[in-house]
Amino acid sequence: MIPRYQKVLFFLLLAASLAMAGILWHLRTRAHQRLLAGEDSVPTQAPEVTAAEPATLVVASDADGSLLPQDRALPLPADPGTRARVLLGKLLDVYAAPDAAHPVGGGAPGIAQVFLLPATGDAAKAAPDAQTAVVNLTGSFAAGHPSGIETETLTVLSICATLRANLPQVVAVRFLVDGQERPTLAGHADLTRTYLTANAVPSGGSSQ
Amino acid sequence: MRWISWAVAWMASAALPVAAQSPQLAPAARYGIVLDAAHGGDDSGGKLTSGQMEKAVTLAFNVRLRSMLSARGFAVITTRESDTTLPPDRRAEIANHAQAQACIPLHATESGSGVHLFVSSITPSRPTLFVPWKTAQSAWVARSLAMAGALNAALLHAGMSVTIERTFLPGLDSLTCPAVAVEVAPDRAQDGSVTAEPDDAAYQAKVASALAAGMLAFRSEKSEP
Ligand SMILES: [Zn+2]
Repeated sequence: MIPRYQKVLFFLLLAASLAMAGILWHLRTRAHQRLLAGEDSVPTQAPEVTAAEPATLVVASDADGSLLPQDRALPLPADPGTRARVLLGKLLDVYAAPDAAHPVGGGAPGIAQVFLLPATGDAAKAAPDAQTAVVNLTGSFAAGHPSGIETETLTVLSICATLRANLPQVVAVRFLVDGQERPTLAGHADLTRTYLTANAVPSGGSSQ
Repeated sequence: MRWISWAVAWMASAALPVAAQSPQLAPAARYGIVLDAAHGGDDSGGKLTSGQMEKAVTLAFNVRLRSMLSARGFAVITTRESDTTLPPDRRAEIANHAQAQACIPLHATESGSGVHLFVSSITPSRPTLFVPWKTAQSAWVARSLAMAGALNAALLHAGMSVTIERTFLPGLDSLTCPAVAVEVAPDRAQDGSVTAEPDDAAYQAKVASALAAGMLAFRSEKSEP
């Protein structure tokens, strides 16, 4: 026979855990909505008042599989996440230009958002302020990306290398497409894994 | 109590998916090469300028390369011989079961030029008795790079432009053999204009012949002390 006070205690604890589950669910939904709302509140263009400052785009070339840094003077917003998005937008604009060495259509609108989060796991050991960049690509950018191991790998690596060149605290990069995890960019480059920016270093022609 | 043995077998297979053999051990009677024509069935891969699907181009190239390798005394195992859907893990299962001395996933693309060679970006590790399925290739990366070097030399010797890169390709990291993914891109003139598409029969034969020569060189390299 179970004592009455234990029964009461059991139902009290059950009620408390159900209530906590409800609160957690509510908080999660709210956080998700905030994340999605961020899409609209972040300015697409850097404010015109910002003075141009030195920046580095690490640009890919399909002919030799190279990743070469190009120095630019760009007006960049102060907020690191927006800064990252503007930089990657400029990189995709280079790829969308006619006669690009790594032709990919879409340009700057292909980057929906870049979130900067504290790095976790092995990546966090790099520095106390190490961050993971979550790059959210648009579905139309991924759908329009040429299919192939080299072309997809170069897009991924040049994004990682450009982030590393301008935001050294970014040690890892994850990719989303329209806010969802996706197996590959266009059939080849694995988008389910975390890319370490230390492995995406600029290189000359890779035929060794 | 049969379910207990099932459960134990299931747990063993989940925990220890790949019984890894050190690459130096177990010399096979014949030198086996796994050819994996990428894509197929529901997965068409990329589309070439000619309108051909990548899955069809890789299958045709797979047949060409198979005969070139067989003619040179290699025992060739293919993952698919028809237009069937094969997930990356299933391909790795077939390749690992074959215990081949080399694995070559085959792709074709309209981007870039010449032949692109890829080795997994995975961090190299020492061979151990049991390795996790997802990172099995780590023990073979050094041999994969050596194989890419041999293929690169043979392709350059045949007058082709080649790139060697590291990549993260689904399935590649699960292979327990020296593995180099080969992507055939168009042959291009200096000005970038296409002189042969990846589905051109003569071009495919030229690439396949150079790859077969590269594998002969890699095989003899391996037997050296
Ligand atoms: Zn492919």
